[in-house]
Amino acid sequence: MPQFDPSSFSSQIFWLAVMFVVLYLLMSKIALPRIAEVLEERQDKIDDDLAKAEKLKTEAEQVLAEYEKAIADARSSAAAALKEASAEMAAEAAKREEAFGAELAAKISEAEGRIATARNEALKNLTAVATEVTAAATDRLIGAKLDEATVRKAVDDAMGDAS
Amino acid sequence: MAAGEKQSPLDQFTIKPLSGEPTMLGGFDISFTNSSAAMLATVAAVTLFLVFSMRGRALVPGRWQSCAEICYEIVANMLRDNVGSEGRKYFPFIFTIFMFVLFGNFIGLIPGSFTFTSHVIVTFVMASVIFLGVTAIGFARHGLGYCRMFFPHGAPLWTAVILVPIELVSYLSRPLSLSVRLFANMVVGHVLLKVIAGFVIALGVFGIVPLAFLVGITALEFLVAALQAYIFTILTCIYLHDAIHMH
Repeated sequence: MPQFDPSSFSSQIFWLAVMFVVLYLLMSKIALPRIAEVLEERQDKIDDDLAKAEKLKTEAEQVLAEYEKAIADARSSAAAALKEASAEMAAEAAKREEAFGAELAAKISEAEGRIATARNEALKNLTAVATEVTAAATDRLIGAKLDEATVRKAVDDAMGDAS
Repeated sequence: MAAGEKQSPLDQFTIKPLSGEPTMLGGFDISFTNSSAAMLATVAAVTLFLVFSMRGRALVPGRWQSCAEICYEIVANMLRDNVGSEGRKYFPFIFTIFMFVLFGNFIGLIPGSFTFTSHVIVTFVMASVIFLGVTAIGFARHGLGYCRMFFPHGAPLWTAVILVPIELVSYLSRPLSLSVRLFANMVVGHVLLKVIAGFVIALGVFGIVPLAFLVGITALEFLVAALQAYIFTILTCIYLHDAIHMH
């Protein structure tokens, strides 16, 4: 086998050493720093984007919290306004009811007064008619002409009894 | 490799100087050979691949850039999982080993080219450098305490007589197993390809059967090429882990 021919060993070892050292220098000084730089750049970019996303997320959460707080505030203030308005309306209704009741009572008493007056008037008219009727009846029946004062007195007595 | 000539499947491993006269340095032959050319091609391919694919420096990588980044991340993860953060400074070395072996194996699969990882001297030198380096790191970090590597923690003292030689042999055989594994896999794969290719010619029309087999074996060899590079690198990481963290 040519592999065990020592005459070629020196040349192989020499060129192996030269080529390996050259490749080592090329890798460590040129190729690897470039790759490392690109990979690092990418990692930085990814980290940066992640940090940005994280920041945006916190901001969005903050906005959401503010929004929810605003909603809750609005809801509670609306409830307060509603309560106030309904209390106001209840007070107004009570006041109106009271006024209406008073007015109604006044109207009732006024109407009762009017009824009483009308009744008295009617009674007075009735007395006059009864006096005339009585005078005419006595004249026709017994032919006695009674004077008006007497007749009236009799009628008043009779009506006084009746009423 | 002209057809018709009588050839051995081992001819593909012959080292041939590319220049006529052997180049000598201090009494040693350092001729630029087909093996050296394959190494040069590997270095050039790795460098061009990584530099050109990363040229766009895109935030969202394209195909080539993804490939380069995957190579980087495979080795980085291997080192992090096996060694931890202390292994960080050895990353360029581990990465160079991985890319050198991986591309060396792949370039060797190109028909007519040369596989420098199929020479045991190459893999042995690499494994020895790793072994010596790792041992030096171990002694530098733990001082003489690194010798406790050879005696399992908590074992009864009298077992040292048996355990220390065993552990010592297993430790010292690391460069051998590391180098022979890669070398043997490459040699066997390439010999198998050549032997079956010989059948294709010999069987004439029926050569279609070994040809189909050859296609499958070639695909398998690509897997082996990547797998052996991975194994070579991960074992280096494991040795490094032992040196840094002991057992």
